[in-house]
Amino acid sequence: MNLTILLVLPFIGAVLAWIAGRWSNLLPRWIGLITMIIHLGFSLWLWVSTPSRPGWMVEVDVPWIPSFGIHYHLGLDGVSLLLILLTSFLGVISVAASWRGIQERVGFFHFMLLWILGAIVGVFLSLDLFLFYFFWEMTLIPLYFLIAIWGHENRVYASIKFFIYTQASSLFMLLAILGLVFLNAQNTGRLSFDYNVLLHASLPVGTAIWLSLGFLLAFLVKLPAFPLHTWLPDAHTEAPTAGSVVLAGLVLKLGAYGILRFVVPLFPGTLSTLAPWMMALGVAGILYGALQAYGQTDFKRMVAYTSVSHMGFVLVGVFAWNQYALQGVVMVMLAHGISTGALFVLAGDLQDRLHTRDLNRMGGLWDTLPRMGGVSLLFALASLGLPGMANFVGEFLVLLGLYQTNVLFAALATLGFIVSTIYSLWLIQRAFQGPNRWGWKLPDMTAREGLILASLIVLVLWLGLYPQPVIDTARPALETLQQSTAGKTSSLQPAAQFPGVFLQDVNAGEEKP
Amino acid sequence: MTSTNLIAILPFLILAAGITLAMLAIAIRRSLAVTAGISFVTLLLSFISIPVFAVRAAGPVTMLFSLDGYAYTIFLLILAASFVVALLAYRYLQIHAGQADEFYLLLLLATLGGGTLAASSHFASFFLGLEILSISLYALIGYAYDSPISVEAGVKYLILAGSSSAFLLFGMALIYAELGTMEFTGVAHGLASIPAGVSPVYLLAGFVLMLVAFGFKLALAPFHLWTPDVYEGAPAPVTAFVASVSKGSMFAVLLRFFGGLNLNRIPSLQLVFILVAVITMLVGSLLALRQNNLKRLLAYSSIANLGYLLVAFLAGGSSAMTASTFFLVSYFVTILAAFGVVTVLSGRSRDAQGLEEYRGLMWRRPWLAAVLTVAMFSLAGLPLTVGFMGKFYLVLAGVGAAQWVLVIALVISSAIGLYYYLRVVVSLFRQPLPATGAPAEAGAPALSPVSGVTLAGLLVLMIWLGIYPTPLIEMIQAIAPGAR
Repeated sequence: MNLTILLVLPFIGAVLAWIAGRWSNLLPRWIGLITMIIHLGFSLWLWVSTPSRPGWMVEVDVPWIPSFGIHYHLGLDGVSLLLILLTSFLGVISVAASWRGIQERVGFFHFMLLWILGAIVGVFLSLDLFLFYFFWEMTLIPLYFLIAIWGHENRVYASIKFFIYTQASSLFMLLAILGLVFLNAQNTGRLSFDYNVLLHASLPVGTAIWLSLGFLLAFLVKLPAFPLHTWLPDAHTEAPTAGSVVLAGLVLKLGAYGILRFVVPLFPGTLSTLAPWMMALGVAGILYGALQAYGQTDFKRMVAYTSVSHMGFVLVGVFAWNQYALQGVVMVMLAHGISTGALFVLAGDLQDRLHTRDLNRMGGLWDTLPRMGGVSLLFALASLGLPGMANFVGEFLVLLGLYQTNVLFAALATLGFIVSTIYSLWLIQRAFQGPNRWGWKLPDMTAREGLILASLIVLVLWLGLYPQPVIDTARPALETLQQSTAGKTSSLQPAAQFPGVFLQDVNAGEEKP
Repeated sequence: MTSTNLIAILPFLILAAGITLAMLAIAIRRSLAVTAGISFVTLLLSFISIPVFAVRAAGPVTMLFSLDGYAYTIFLLILAASFVVALLAYRYLQIHAGQADEFYLLLLLATLGGGTLAASSHFASFFLGLEILSISLYALIGYAYDSPISVEAGVKYLILAGSSSAFLLFGMALIYAELGTMEFTGVAHGLASIPAGVSPVYLLAGFVLMLVAFGFKLALAPFHLWTPDVYEGAPAPVTAFVASVSKGSMFAVLLRFFGGLNLNRIPSLQLVFILVAVITMLVGSLLALRQNNLKRLLAYSSIANLGYLLVAFLAGGSSAMTASTFFLVSYFVTILAAFGVVTVLSGRSRDAQGLEEYRGLMWRRPWLAAVLTVAMFSLAGLPLTVGFMGKFYLVLAGVGAAQWVLVIALVISSAIGLYYYLRVVVSLFRQPLPATGAPAEAGAPALSPVSGVTLAGLLVLMIWLGIYPTPLIEMIQAIAPGAR
């Protein structure tokens, strides 16, 4: 029941906001804000009240379409709980960030925004592959509208490109899901889309690779991994602020979550066969994204390319598949959601003032916008992985785990820290430092913007300085995931002792009962 | 012919009686309201009589008809679709000049033809049903006789349907010459008794000629050329009818006849079917890409959809029937909703069909735009709509039968399809261009309550069946075993 509330709440808010939009422009905003605050409170309550343990913390399972073995099966574990917390938090942020920027069709806008948040929660909760696909597809429609209706100059092109990339790739996932289900049905004599059942499916090795590629295609596009990322800069650049926040903060996490939850556990063979390729793609993404980011002149486009780079860490981390790397992956997902979300909020605030995103038209803004400049610097530093902030913890843990499985890739991925330093500082340099060539005189941060950014700052520092609660929540779930592949693959358990402060944290946790 | 048999064909009898009554009524006094009223009641009674009376008497009726669960299901679907078309057409006919009451007469006749097709189990009844359907359609398509493109479409359909009937007859003759029977089951038995290794040339030629006729009617790929012109030219309610009833009933015969043959025994024929299916899916999607006319776009979309339907057909077995029936339901609901919106937006002089005319509809007529949007999403197969479930069912059947070529063609075609469905949706949400003149609904009357309720019902169906299809699936699975 709890999970159903968690899932349905945004949809109820969505419909209410749409209806309210007929009478007032203000009412939908409040409905959206209050819905997401209740949602955040509810997920926090779940976090505090439910002890994290191996297996599912909460579960719902009711038949939906019995003749195909499809169930309404939701389950919550540590990883999905953390991602849902991120969803409701960024939900609040994105409603608040649209308070001034969206003035047209406000009711419909909040309908779409809350709808996508609900669908994302559905993806994180689904334990039935059909249900998962259902919600996965459902995220596309609202995001498409958010970009196509409230986006910037080139929005129609960007929205259609986004839609076709992601939809076409997920059709291949549908084929793979069905292939998996039928192979399992041949062995057991029963159609079932249940995750727990399919975990035990025995598959011929060759077929398993093809099926896993079907899943991977959808997830790599969404992530996005290096050669499949080209939809992302367009979609990010053209989306309204809330759309960019949701896209960077949450939608990209869907791909990462899919690989973590489905690809590796369902097809453990990928760890021995595809892992090197995937890690190579990940490393390529880290470096390529960073280089591209350096070359951009559009603020949002640049942040979009940094996403490609950060998501590369997620990809290498998942395929390293040991405890450190997986902890790191979860941390990177949360940290990237917060810091990139914040950068997009800043980009939106700047655009509201300057009516441009072109970095060449900026420069010297620190004089006139000192507070925004300071906050931008802070998030740029977070993004480059400065110790003490969330991104560092995540990326460090990923590298630590990766080093144990593949030194070469770990070394190459570390280069990412150098390039990310360059592009982050270059961004601040071009936007805020130097002479104020264009003579901008602008109002600094308002109370609303300040509140949004302050909450993001608190989170990014908290996760950077004291990540232990998050690690404790994620660990049992990650261990369960690892056990599901144990013995089915040749490799890659955490190696011998390796000194380091976070390692001790992790070990200290492991000794607890 | 026993009294049980009479009950079995009761829905047909009611329909025939209604047609006669309507004809007499027209002879006495020409009135759109009276004819329309008779038609509504006839369709409704015929519909109700199926679950209440006819199902209990299900079985073969003479050698011509086989009134089993499958036939009744398709007939129910046809009656429901005709009813929707009849409701939507009422206001459309009111504002169009000329005599309007024969429209309903022809619509009922065409419905009778479609029902006959769905129940036929013999070449004679098959041809009879086909001709009743086609001849009514010639007149219906050219019904807006003051518009040149409508008349052109009618003539085009007349000539092509006529020649396809010739192909059909010749094919039937060849099969009869070889096997000496015209019953579907007889043909299947005859084919099965041919020893392996013998290649029955006349028989194969007969099947292929029949396939040509099916191809014309269903608008399968090499025989699809008439579709966009006819869809564009025909009055919008008629287009809805052609896209739904005419194709659905023809597909029912296809499934009954070729499905009974066990295509695996004739690999060459199966290969032809697979090729036709793949080409149909791809051609439909590719040619729709550049269309700027909504009716033509939907024409190509319906070509692609019939290709999808062939995937279920070729999957064979019991899933062929269940999957294809479910998909037919989903396709009917969706295409009727789409053409329903076109119908209610069409003005006095011409139908609303240019995509430019639909720009910004969301901000002027939000409910109509919402129906069209959901219909487009359903055709594209996105979740929360019935189209998603329908396509899922097809892919399930295809993967279950290991028809990988077909399934991958379906996936590619669907991916291409996204682009043009999205173009329609995008135009609904864009600001209208000031230069393009009057928007679509400029000449259209206000939405009548009847049309409004009909469209709302279709909208609810599209979403409800997309979220909870279980009852429908169970109903369809219940009728499947008695089908052949």
